Amino acid sequence: MISAIAFYVFAAILLASACMVITARNPVHSVLFLILAFINAAALFVLAGAEFLAMVLVIVYVGAVAVLFLFVVMMLDVDFAALREGFQRYAPLGLTIGFILMVEIGLTAVNWTIAPAAHLAALVPTPEHLANTNAIGNLIYTRYMFAFELVALLLLVAMVGAIVLTHTDRRGPRRQNIHSQHDRTIAQTLTMVNMKLGDGSRQITPAATKAEPDKETAQ
Amino acid sequence: MATGFFATDFGILILTLLKSLALIVPLLIGVAYLTYAERKVLAAVQLRKGPNVTGPFGLWQPFADAIKMLFKETIIPDGSNRYLFLFAPVITFGLAIIAWAVIPVNDHWAIANINVGMLYLFAISSLGVYGVIIAGWASNSKFAFLGAMRSAAQMVSYEVSIGLVILSVLVCTGSLNLNAIVLAQRHIWFAIPLLPMLVVFFISGLAETNRAPFDLPEGESEIVAGFFVEYSAMSFALFFLGEYANMILMSGMTTILFLGGWLSPIPFVPFTWVPGPIWFILKVAVCLFVFLWVRATLPRFRYDQLMQLGWKVFLPLSLGWLVLTASVLEIFGWLPHA
Repeated sequence: MISAIAFYVFAAILLASACMVITARNPVHSVLFLILAFINAAALFVLAGAEFLAMVLVIVYVGAVAVLFLFVVMMLDVDFAALREGFQRYAPLGLTIGFILMVEIGLTAVNWTIAPAAHLAALVPTPEHLANTNAIGNLIYTRYMFAFELVALLLLVAMVGAIVLTHTDRRGPRRQNIHSQHDRTIAQTLTMVNMKLGDGSRQITPAATKAEPDKETAQ
Repeated sequence: MATGFFATDFGILILTLLKSLALIVPLLIGVAYLTYAERKVLAAVQLRKGPNVTGPFGLWQPFADAIKMLFKETIIPDGSNRYLFLFAPVITFGLAIIAWAVIPVNDHWAIANINVGMLYLFAISSLGVYGVIIAGWASNSKFAFLGAMRSAAQMVSYEVSIGLVILSVLVCTGSLNLNAIVLAQRHIWFAIPLLPMLVVFFISGLAETNRAPFDLPEGESEIVAGFFVEYSAMSFALFFLGEYANMILMSGMTTILFLGGWLSPIPFVPFTWVPGPIWFILKVAVCLFVFLWVRATLPRFRYDQLMQLGWKVFLPLSLGWLVLTASVLEIFGWLPHA
């Protein structure tokens, strides 16, 4: 009974927050509602017995992807008034596309056939003696090994691509090299001088000031 | 325990509520006295006395502070996002508390002994960044926003190495269940074979909880107080308590992953008589002392040093160690088969 109540509560919040994502006026609020939707989806996964997927959903989408979304939205300061300007002009086109999509999904759903043995698998989502995580691992690393490795490769390519696109060799004037800073010793920096009383003010000669820049570059 | 009233749906609800209370009340008292301990430890390091006026040895100081915070005025800055502004400290504090649901303080003494306990902890700690970002954004203040951005970059960076460290422990245990992780350390604590990972984990934990020497998000000499510069009274107190609760959580995670949880350090009679929770609390206390000790000893990192340490030192080190651990386990045939 409790799990049924929990299901309806989470599902209702999920749908409500999903609607808020597209209707909220403030883009930051949209992202926060998106996060709420993710968390409720994770809760539904837990209720369905897929605890591994639930945790991964939270870690990957909420913990990493949505943080970057939030970051970008906060930093860019998107002017949503300007974005909404063309709303009435583009509304008919958008509605048409939406309608076509609806019809297509409907056609697919009507003609959808489920494999005859599939309902047996649905009754027993995981083998009795195996934890959810182990069951997923067993499938991924045996039967779907090739697809899994391909996906990993795809992600790697995307990552390398992003780095190549954004990386520029910036040689600013004030770059700090931590290793050279740590390697510096007292002997390289500090010299103890025993001055005769009253001699200090007379030491500043043109020759002495010229020696200064050399010392700087030597460091 | 699982018979009669407590086996019904309603009974389970009541039982869980009672268990939560039994965990949260000591936890909050621990948080209160951690603030006291921090002031005493810092005072001892700096040859001062620390709080010693309120009550014997100043022991009532945390409560005096709490009462002071309660009676102060909550100021909501002009132009701030009112609801998010008030919600941010609740997120920070709430996340630090709910993570404790899966932490076992003795054999099977967790509120929820779930299969994916370690992933749950990692998920909760990866959510911690939201309290900070939302606070910084909702305050409508430049300093707060700068602090929030620093914090977000820092927490995301160090989470990567924390994840890899956790993986190298999981390779050794073969289970995500926290109870099983502790029991896998019956013969030897993971602190011994995985010592470098313990160090990486602890330092990343310092960065994850925004503690010195990684307290750049607060950086009072540069950005006043960072992300909570606009907060006052109880909303400030929640951030403050959240930080300490997070420290206890990090120490708890260190204890479970590396220091053998509730197991006694030496498996002989006088030590095994001591109940598990006492060992657990002692180990957590040792970790917390190191937190305070580090704060008293080390100056704050520069921002580029922080990023270099996270990405160029810890990430390759923990990744390499993970490969090494897995290889050693595979070669010697020690891989656990769950």
